[in-house]
This record gives sequence, structure tokens and C-alpha cells, in this order.
Amino acid sequence: MNEQRFNIDVENINAEFCGSSTGYADERVLISLERAQGFGKLKNLPKRLPVGCRRGGCGICRARILEGNYKRDPMSREYVTLEDEKEGLVLLCAIYPLSDLKVRLEPKCVKNLEVNSQSLEI
Amino acid sequence: MALTGVLRPGFIQLRVLDMAASIEYYTKRIGLHVVTKGDDGRVYLKAADEFDHHSLVLRQADSAGLDLYAFKVRKDKDLDSFKKRVEDYGIEVDDVRAGEQPGIGRRISFVIESGHRIELYAQAEMSEPKPLIHNPDVWSVEPHGMRARRMDHALLYGPNIEKVLDFFVNVLDFECAERVDMPDGLLAIWLTSGMKAHDIAFVNHPEPGKFHHVAFELEDWKDVGHAADIITRYNISIDIGPTRHGITRGQTIYFFDPSGNRCEVFAGGYTYYPDNPTRTWDEKEVGRGIFYYERQLNEAFLSVVT
Repeated sequence: MNEQRFNIDVENINAEFCGSSTGYADERVLISLERAQGFGKLKNLPKRLPVGCRRGGCGICRARILEGNYKRDPMSREYVTLEDEKEGLVLLCAIYPLSDLKVRLEPKCVKNLEVNSQSLEI
Repeated sequence: MALTGVLRPGFIQLRVLDMAASIEYYTKRIGLHVVTKGDDGRVYLKAADEFDHHSLVLRQADSAGLDLYAFKVRKDKDLDSFKKRVEDYGIEVDDVRAGEQPGIGRRISFVIESGHRIELYAQAEMSEPKPLIHNPDVWSVEPHGMRARRMDHALLYGPNIEKVLDFFVNVLDFECAERVDMPDGLLAIWLTSGMKAHDIAFVNHPEPGKFHHVAFELEDWKDVGHAADIITRYNISIDIGPTRHGITRGQTIYFFDPSGNRCEVFAGGYTYYPDNPTRTWDEKEVGRGIFYYERQLNEAFLSVVT
């Protein structure tokens, strides 16, 4: 078992600090953020942490890596294009920390957000 | 009553990001079998309780989601009559040659108003493993993993589902078993070509051609619990459940394949007869329609698709 631990700072889309999680080298970054949320450590999120398929397919957890190194699993090109990738955009469920990280949530599709807010009203 | 025209779902073709991980997941965890691999890299799978050649096709791609969903019709000549009806409706029809997928006869293929490619075919070879036919035991190959018995239905997300409803009912002779109407319009439809509560369902969604889930049928509620144990033991990404749907009454779990395509395993659900009325749900009670025990939608239900 890989016990290498890292600190992961999270910003929301308005660049406000939301909190930190403890990341592990063998664990998807999004999973560490879900755990931090469960412990009440994430604030300033517009809603809950955006969690979808957790396997790189649905694009909900798209984010920009501001600082730090990571390794990556395959993730859908529909949500992270080659250009996005060069800019440091990732899906948090498909990366693993190799150092401390600073990430900013950056959902891609405004249309999706509208659907989200509708679903909250139901 | 005799089933004519469209009989049932036949196969679904999904895009996956990692073929090796997908094969392991669909065989060892869901409990399917690989039938064959095509020269173009597509992999064909089935449940041991299905006679026909395959029910799931996986294609390696750089995005997840649905390529196509195919229904089996009773007779070859049905393909000609459906082709004419679809074209008369104003939708272009492509012919797909026999053998484009191994073991499957000629298909007709068209894209409906929600942006999904739907296909019809009449002929499928049988493949191993399959149910025994003479003095049959309850299974020929011991069920494994979640013990899926068949690929059962899919839920698709896209626009124009009023038109999709009209098309499936008036062109493909489906019935609408259940529907959800919101104050601003039709939200969702559950459609059946036979006597299951649903063979395909749609939710209204701004982006065309999106995929919500494919469902595999299990024997009973006990097997749904066994599937939940497998999901945790093998760290499969969970969405919700075990729970129950008010709509169709299925006992269910939603979870994700290694590429983020949502899967369902479920048991139960009522028998639908074509003279049954359409069951209806409204904004106030749709929560227990979708998740009967939680009585509200989870945030992922309307927003997480591939």
C-alpha cells in the first residue's frame, strides 16, 4: 500500500479558497476531496463538490491544476481536449497526486450547470 | 397476444476509454462472457442466459458514451416495412450490411430527434454460452460476478423527447408505460415494445445523444444485495442504491463502469400489457418515482451522463 501523502488545496471557480484534503499517491484526487467534504472541511463551494462517474467519463469534476505534479488515467476528450490538457485542465477523478497540489474547480459547460440548478429545484 | 414487429432490445454499443479494464469489469464483475473480438478492435459480450450472439459491444475511443442501441424485430420483412415507415416519417435510414457485427444480419439504422442512433435487425446467430434447450437445467454455465441474466434496457438523454415519444409510438409501435410531466413540459418517458415495463427510456436534456445508463437484469432482490457487495469489494464507483424505483418498480443499483458509463443492475418490475394505461408522475412526486426510498433525486441523476 502506498502511504505517500500530499496536501491538496481547492479553489472554487471564483478563486476563493475552499479547503484542503489529504491526498494519497494511489488514490484519485476527487476521492480525497469527497472524504474532506464528508469531514466538513470544504467550504465556499457553490453547491456540493461536483461528483459524477469518478472514472473520467462524464466531465463533471473538471478542474485546473494551479500548482503541483500528478499522473493521469485516460479521461474523456469530450471534456478535456488536447488544448485543455496543455493548459493544465483535468478531471479530478482521473488524476493521482505526485506532490502537493493546488486545484481550481472549472466546470466546462454552462448548459450543464443550468440542468444542475434545475435538478436542485425538483 | 402475439409479439410482432419490434420484439425487444438486442444489443448496445458503448465507447470505452480502457478496453482491458472494461473487459475485466463486464466479465468478472457484471458476469458477462466475451463471445468474440472483431478485427477492428470491437469486443462482443453476452450474458449466459441470452441465446443471441451478443448483447453488448465495446469500442475503444477517446470519449465515453453511446454509439448505438439496436432492437430485434420478429421477421426480416419487418425491416422493409419499418424502413418505409421511418423514411415516410422524414428520418433518413442507412442500411448496414449483414456481418458488419459478427453473428448479426442486416440492420437498418437511423438517428432520432434526441440525437441517438437506433437500429433494427431481424437475424442473430446463437453463440455460447447460452441457455440449454433440451431438458434444460436452470443454467448451463454457473453464474458468476453479479450474475447478470440479460442486457435489459437503456436510459438515454437528449432534446425533443415529445417527438421521440411520437416516433416510438406511431412508427415503431411501442407503448408508453410511464411518463413524468413537469409544469414546463414532458421530462421523461418509459417505452416498451413487449411486456416489460420498459425497453428504452428518455429524459429531456439540452445536449443530444447523451447516455445515462444500460441495465442488466438480475434474478431477485438477494442478487441485488450480492451485486452491492461486489461493488464495494472491487471499489466500483457507486452512484446510488441499493434502492427501488417507483417508476417500473425495479429494485436497483446505479454505478459506473471503468470509463464512467453508468450501469444499472435491477430485479423485478411489473408486467406491462399493451392495453394498460400510461402511468403518470408529476413534479411533486417525481422524487419517489425515480428513487422510491430516498423520495428525492440525487444530484447526479439529471446531470451526470456520458
